[in-house]
Amino acid sequence: MTTGTTPLLEARGLVRSYAARRGPWGRATEVRAVDGVSLAVQPGRTLGLVGESGCGKSTTGRLLLGMEAPDGGVVSFEGQPLPAPGSAAWRAQRARMQMVFQDPLGALDRRLPIGAQVAEPLEIHRIGAAAERSGRVEELLNAVGLRGDHAARYPHELSGGQRQRAVLARALAMAPALLVCDEPISALDVSIQAQVMNLLVELQERFGMGMVFVSHDLRAVRQVSHRVAVMYLGRIVEEGEPDAVLHAPAHPYTQALVSAIPHPGRAGRRLMLQGDPPNPADRPSGCAFHPRCPVARPLCAREAPVLKAGGADGRLVACHVTQGAVPAGAGLPAMRKAA
Amino acid sequence: MNPAAPLVELRDLRVAFDGQAALRGLDLAVAPGEAVGMVGESGCGKSVTWLAALGLLPSCAQVSGSVRLGGQELLGASPAVLDRMRGGRIAMIFQDPASSLNPVHRIGRQVEEALRLHRGLSGAPVRAEAKRLLDQVGIPDAARRLHAYPHELSGGQNQRVMIAIALAGRPELLVADEPTTALDVTIQAQILDLLQSLRRETGMALVLITHDLGVVAETCERVAVMYAGRIVEEAPASSLFAAPSHPYTRGLLAALPPMDGPRRRLASIAGGVPEPWAMPPGCAFAPRCGERVGGCDAAAPVAVSVGEAHRAACIRATVSAMIEERLSA
Repeated sequence: MTTGTTPLLEARGLVRSYAARRGPWGRATEVRAVDGVSLAVQPGRTLGLVGESGCGKSTTGRLLLGMEAPDGGVVSFEGQPLPAPGSAAWRAQRARMQMVFQDPLGALDRRLPIGAQVAEPLEIHRIGAAAERSGRVEELLNAVGLRGDHAARYPHELSGGQRQRAVLARALAMAPALLVCDEPISALDVSIQAQVMNLLVELQERFGMGMVFVSHDLRAVRQVSHRVAVMYLGRIVEEGEPDAVLHAPAHPYTQALVSAIPHPGRAGRRLMLQGDPPNPADRPSGCAFHPRCPVARPLCAREAPVLKAGGADGRLVACHVTQGAVPAGAGLPAMRKAA
Repeated sequence: MNPAAPLVELRDLRVAFDGQAALRGLDLAVAPGEAVGMVGESGCGKSVTWLAALGLLPSCAQVSGSVRLGGQELLGASPAVLDRMRGGRIAMIFQDPASSLNPVHRIGRQVEEALRLHRGLSGAPVRAEAKRLLDQVGIPDAARRLHAYPHELSGGQNQRVMIAIALAGRPELLVADEPTTALDVTIQAQILDLLQSLRRETGMALVLITHDLGVVAETCERVAVMYAGRIVEEAPASSLFAAPSHPYTRGLLAALPPMDGPRRRLASIAGGVPEPWAMPPGCAFAPRCGERVGGCDAAAPVAVSVGEAHRAACIRATVSAMIEERLSA
């Protein structure tokens, strides 16, 4: 992580909270969706962000692009802090940072042909003469594996995989330096997922952009990422090289996540997590994972562990037990009952 | 009843919506207590199969063929017969538990409704049985949870409630249609584990419909792979994953990103699933197939045996079966 070059994108201590009410007369409580996330994306590399629903991975993606203003922390792009969201400077900056969403049909305008939608960013940022744009649109469509004549089609005339390609073509129109992909393959069929993953890797090799790949699928993250960060309840609990994290997960949560991957020909018993995914509105004290953790100790319920280097492979882990502050326990049965 | 006789037998089941075929002749048998996985991509007909078998499709669907449950024909059966079968002998759970449960009724009432309908219980026994069912599906503090509304429970808990309702009629077969697709991976592992242990406890058969090969590998004894309204390969789970025969099955397995080894380009299947109104003349997979030969477009291949209890519908399997027959003759 500590390389000589400036990272393309760097986030420090990002915090984002929302006010949530329970019931129409309930008192508003603060929900911390993202709670002190720091990460860096190197140029031409991919950072995978994994976690279960509600862990704050999508919010983190939005904060990185300034689509939402953080309540704390800073995002800097190429060494410069991100301008205030909505300002003219931010809009200019955003041309270089693009987002790809999960549901391509929702991200495309159903009443416009694909070509017009891919050309739109060029028009907004006044790039090239109007006459040249159709050529550029065709180039972009070809880059994502669509044909030039797809430009005249409407989104409903394309298959799910083709729609996601069209969304990618539009994102690439501004030749972005950073692409944030929020669950770009989870709405697609298995055979199409492989096509889109291949395409992302190819596009990165060709255009050299940095990527943030947000997904709940560890296999997919390994396939496309150079580094992976595992999130749990708004915090990064483990970060490292994909193979290191997948083959020798250090944090008990990552261990459970890896063990839960269904796998043809898998042998041995699965590490089963007890309990439900946690509610961000009712965050457990100390380490947020302790009520479900098989090795939690009393310290884990009192004090939140800090994300710090552990091991020689450049890995960061936030766990008292892994860091050796306490020996592994057998969970906290009293707390499990109360949860 | 003969123990070897299938519990449910589908014969040449066909479904069409407004003249467009969604299911194009499907044969499948489920033995008592067996776990069968049905795998395929969206639109391959894996869900339609069981909706058609249980008479749950809208009237615009034309269904033909035969669905027999222990000797009783279900297609075209009277509503009274179907009411006894559905929920009583065959139960079904769906992908999204939140939309299958009624949001304005308490959990307890919904479980009790199934018990009243299928077991004729009432009064105190029905409440006790509802609590026992919630306990059985692993819902903590079941007695209090009976008073909860679906929105007060998590997605995984709601799916457990759906399973409890499905178990209320003591079914011989549970059809689970993508039961874990809407859930997180760690919760998916819990639900699959629950289905396994329930099957051991109650001896019911399970049909698991999913797009995830990994899920069937761990849960099912036999797997049917579907493509464009037909079963293209059927085999015991172990031999399907060890020696997949149909190019589509091999393609699906190769498209899964590996967990280890060097990262290389995934072998993706080119193109997309054919639309029902533009079905290829012969084998439906031919346009996407890397091993296509001239004969593929002539006629849809018939499933032939390629190993023990292992059948594939591919012209290459047909040819090698013919050669073997000649050699042994």
